[in-house]
Amino acid sequence: MPRIGVFVCWCGSNIGGVLDCPAIAQEAASFPGVVFSTEYKYVCSDPGQKLIVDAIKEHRLERVVVASCSPRLHEETFRQVLRRSGLNPYFLEMANLREHCSWVHPDTPEQAQRKAVDLVRRAAAKAARLEPLFPGKIPVVRRCLVIGGGIAGIQTALDVADAGLEVLLVEREPTIGGNMVKLDKTFPTLDCSACISTPKMVAAAQHPNIKLYTYAQVEEITGYIGNFKARIRQKARFVDHAKCTGCGTCWTKCPVSVPDDFNLGLGERGAIHIPFPQAVPNKPVIDLAHCRRSTRGKCGACAKLCPAGAIDYEQKDEFIEAEVGAIVVATGYGLFPWEKVYGEYGYGRFPDVITGLMFERMVNASGPTSGKIQRPSSGKEPRTVVFIQCVGSRDEARGKEYCSRFCCMYTAKHAHQVLEKIPGSEVYVFYIDVRTFGKGYEEFYRRVQDEGAVYIRGRVSKVYQDGSKLIVKGADTLLGEQVEIAADMVVLATGAVPAAGAADVARMIGIPQDKDGFFQEAHPKLRPVETHTGGVFLAGTCQGPKDIPDTVSQASGAAAKVCGLLLKDELETNPLVSRVNEALCTGCLACQPVCPYRAIQPVTITERLPGQPPRERVVARVNEGLCQGCGACTVACRAGAIDLKGFTNKQLLAEVDALCL
Amino acid sequence: MKIGYYPGCSLQSSAKEYDRATRLVARHLGIQLHDINDWNCCGATAAHSMDHFLAAALPARNLIIAEEMGLDVTVPCAACYQRLRLAHRVLAENEETARDISQLIGRPYKGKVRIYSLIETIAGIGLEQLAAQVVRPLKELRVACYYGCLLVRPPGTGCDDPENPRLMDELLEAAKAETLDWGYKNECCGASLVFSERRLALHLIRNILRNAVDAGATSIACACPLCQSNLDTRQGQVNKEFGTSFAMPIFYFPQLLGLAMGLNPQDLGLGMHFVDPQRAIKAVSG
Repeated sequence: MPRIGVFVCWCGSNIGGVLDCPAIAQEAASFPGVVFSTEYKYVCSDPGQKLIVDAIKEHRLERVVVASCSPRLHEETFRQVLRRSGLNPYFLEMANLREHCSWVHPDTPEQAQRKAVDLVRRAAAKAARLEPLFPGKIPVVRRCLVIGGGIAGIQTALDVADAGLEVLLVEREPTIGGNMVKLDKTFPTLDCSACISTPKMVAAAQHPNIKLYTYAQVEEITGYIGNFKARIRQKARFVDHAKCTGCGTCWTKCPVSVPDDFNLGLGERGAIHIPFPQAVPNKPVIDLAHCRRSTRGKCGACAKLCPAGAIDYEQKDEFIEAEVGAIVVATGYGLFPWEKVYGEYGYGRFPDVITGLMFERMVNASGPTSGKIQRPSSGKEPRTVVFIQCVGSRDEARGKEYCSRFCCMYTAKHAHQVLEKIPGSEVYVFYIDVRTFGKGYEEFYRRVQDEGAVYIRGRVSKVYQDGSKLIVKGADTLLGEQVEIAADMVVLATGAVPAAGAADVARMIGIPQDKDGFFQEAHPKLRPVETHTGGVFLAGTCQGPKDIPDTVSQASGAAAKVCGLLLKDELETNPLVSRVNEALCTGCLACQPVCPYRAIQPVTITERLPGQPPRERVVARVNEGLCQGCGACTVACRAGAIDLKGFTNKQLLAEVDALCL
Repeated sequence: MKIGYYPGCSLQSSAKEYDRATRLVARHLGIQLHDINDWNCCGATAAHSMDHFLAAALPARNLIIAEEMGLDVTVPCAACYQRLRLAHRVLAENEETARDISQLIGRPYKGKVRIYSLIETIAGIGLEQLAAQVVRPLKELRVACYYGCLLVRPPGTGCDDPENPRLMDELLEAAKAETLDWGYKNECCGASLVFSERRLALHLIRNILRNAVDAGATSIACACPLCQSNLDTRQGQVNKEFGTSFAMPIFYFPQLLGLAMGLNPQDLGLGMHFVDPQRAIKAVSG
């Protein structure tokens, strides 16, 4: 039996405050194979690690048990300690005395003590049966796929491209820029959103290392970290962008007029259109659903007028296959569909009840009203504007439980813009709490109040049309009174939800979504840009609502992770993967459908048995690059032919025996 | 169609005309109303504001009888409707209360009865069938449909969307009336507060009337005895208190449907209003 050392950590008072660590260490000394055991305040600290290194040398330890926190936190730390000491790093076993014991049983310390001893006994039993494991090597494709061309995707693409790596930036809309480019000014500095985002759009389009695909969608992802294959559908634009000069003749002459989706229905556009004047690429697409040539069979005005002959009604969708080493998902957010649930605000029946994003388009100098704030019903300037916060956010009954984080600040900015652009106007803001956590945010909020915005703490119970006015009834919960305001316009601070189609992206790539549909990061604090799928990273609001500064920071963080991955010559694979014992495998392939990572494929092997002619036989084989070590296949295998390395059947049974016998 | 009918106390007293109009219109439309045998008070206000158990037990007895009769129930009064629906829910969701109630009444409730408001029952025969019965289209009538609070609230127990109910509007539109999108269709009329907080209730009634007038209504349609009573009988007091001059006829919606079907106005109880509805009726009859 190998020589085992046990190290019990107090984790300060986290473990030591509930459990008697010296007693655990003393008891551990009697477990089979344990030749040394001790305890220390913080085993993860420098002196703590030195304790392990020294003990390995002094006591010629071959296996190490650390009884401390969750392996998710420090397993890698302690593996490095073993490596430094000349042991195979996988000769480590951890017992989780913190999350699994002291934190959850603070009220019953005696029973917790017994449980802690059992956990250590289990770990020692497994440690005795650990085998050395060695990571494999796989090559890396030095190219990164970025899905989503909003500010997050653009920032990631630029950072990765600046590091000298190739980037494919895929955006489903006809232009990059995302939601940010729809905004007018950005809080709290009031710098113009277009002035800070359009140069980045141009930089992304012109960067020699970035290949831009707009009006395109990623349809399929296969492969694994370092070696993904992506299939991209380039939707037909019906305009040959190689010939098109972006002169604008076609979109000014198109006879069709439909609500402009880029302006959230506030303006109109033609069937052939560019989303907005500074779009990148600055070349049009034809919206076939509304094109008169397509709906009525005749028109063709754009084709006749185009001096470059770029219109091509017969254009078909094209597919691009690309190999990439890393994927960054930056699919952004959409707005909470308030019209479906908020009857008290009129279900969208009243034209002068608009959303914050509509207000942004309205107040934007390149928007449908050229920056004039006006009531959609009459085109007149409003005198009294009511803002309602938390529409869809922080509403467990009908909306989402979470705070959308940026609404308080954009509402404060809107209030400022109304007061600035309309002298003598009145602004009321209904709020639950005002959250101004960022740098310079609280100062901005105070400034807007000083400018005259009236903040009313309370919910609005009802908005209804009374002649040309909107009557807003609500509660002022600070005064304990009911409030009624005759408003000209009501602006709803609609919360953020994952962008439409987020679930499809999640399924395609295999990233989990949280209960609200946002993509799940690998760890909320320590691995915020990684996912549980190797080589796939997150940037921006697809992971959760965040403002522009946070989005850009996370985007650069994702870029750093991509560079860290792709600048290696080859990758070390995780050795804790499944292994098929081909001699036992019957080739039933029951393991294949249970694998969530599509890591198991059938292969044909030639079997040579003594005294018999060689024969061909199908067995299951695990792709170690794809396998994430979940172990689902080991359970499905009827023949017991699959073992998860580091969690073999033998090891697990030894643990069960240690606990139960 | 055969359905249990729970008239409730109001329809035997202050809202007799609601009862008459309901029975006539139902007969005309081929809906057979069977009164719940030996029905008792639904417990509205008095019971539900004093005693939670009684608030469920009183309506529960009516549901048990209906179940024994093998019938679903239609309820014209908004308060009765809400009490029966809530009792049904309490019995389904709270085992302990359900057991206590069945012990008290002596029979269990299996939860088979479905409870409909009168609006739903009439809409249930189909708007086209309803329209086919119209001989005197209510073309000249600009009606504000007034649902009040109990018919549509709390969300989940009401008969229609709590914020923008439309079902009564659709019925009257089938009778070719012009209905209005107005802001007070689900506001409170003050209900029985009119006795204890008279000025407050008159204020609420005034707001409803004013909003209907502003929206261009020439009449208001109700589906609740207390709403109708407050808006109709208190209109004079509102005028005196606030110096207004409202003269808004307040109908029960089956009265208007009956009118459209050519039934006799007297039989529909159209002579029992405080605010004279004759002008509105004449406009329809041409």
